[in-house]
Amino acid sequence: MPGWSRSGGSGRGYCVRVSEFDGLRGARDSVRLWFEPGRVHQEGTTPDYRFSLANERTFLAWIRTALALIAGGFAVDQFLTDHLTHWVRVVLSVALLVGGVACTLRAVNHWVRCERAMRRGASLPVSRFPAALALLIGVVAVAMVAAVLFGWAG
Amino acid sequence: MSPAAEPGDTPVAPSAPVETDRDPGLQPERTRLAWRRTTLSCAVTALLAMRHALRSDRGVVLGAVVLCLEALGFLGILGTAHLRIGRLSTSRPPVLSARAALTLAGCTTALALLGLVLVS
Repeated sequence: MPGWSRSGGSGRGYCVRVSEFDGLRGARDSVRLWFEPGRVHQEGTTPDYRFSLANERTFLAWIRTALALIAGGFAVDQFLTDHLTHWVRVVLSVALLVGGVACTLRAVNHWVRCERAMRRGASLPVSRFPAALALLIGVVAVAMVAAVLFGWAG
Repeated sequence: MSPAAEPGDTPVAPSAPVETDRDPGLQPERTRLAWRRTTLSCAVTALLAMRHALRSDRGVVLGAVVLCLEALGFLGILGTAHLRIGRLSTSRPPVLSARAALTLAGCTTALALLGLVLVS
């Protein structure tokens, strides 16, 4: 597989460095890439088109996750009016909508970084985002259970 | 060297694999279906969003403006998906353009932000 052989030997060390650079520099680079999309295709070699398609499907899956969170936010605000007090409903709804926005931005960011890593033959970027999203969803679920058990009816 | 056919044997033609340019893993087709799923999810979200706008008690004008913008966002996602699905119909489709990715993400973000305006 062209472009993938280099990540074999020093893969571990490279991973550590990538995760350390996960912060500001990576973010700045990525935002620049968002607004100059042609730059992605200028460096490195074009990977097998099937890898790019797999990356695209991952991107779409994250977008669907974001859409589901956003739909959840709308649903909480519309359908739980008789079950939750006003502020609980607003907080849950805003948390879901903001989570959807974060998920969307992360989807684009991750897609660009994966595409660039594949062109450079580097290892794919790692991220703490899935853990953070899992925490958010867990907190929302616990809040809903508490609301049902203790009957915070409006 | 093929052995001589014995009398009475019915000759079976070896099924030679047909040379095509198609990926045996059907990656373009799977990607096309992933776009379809995304438009379906988006339709559900957009319907909930527009119902939200219709039932909001923030005034008719704000509700109508938000409703129209949400419809535009939905159309943006549909259009992006339509264009991309068209380009996926070749056997070796090009890489997703960053513009399409940004449009999709922008419309999704817009739906969420418009919802935030009307949450009350």
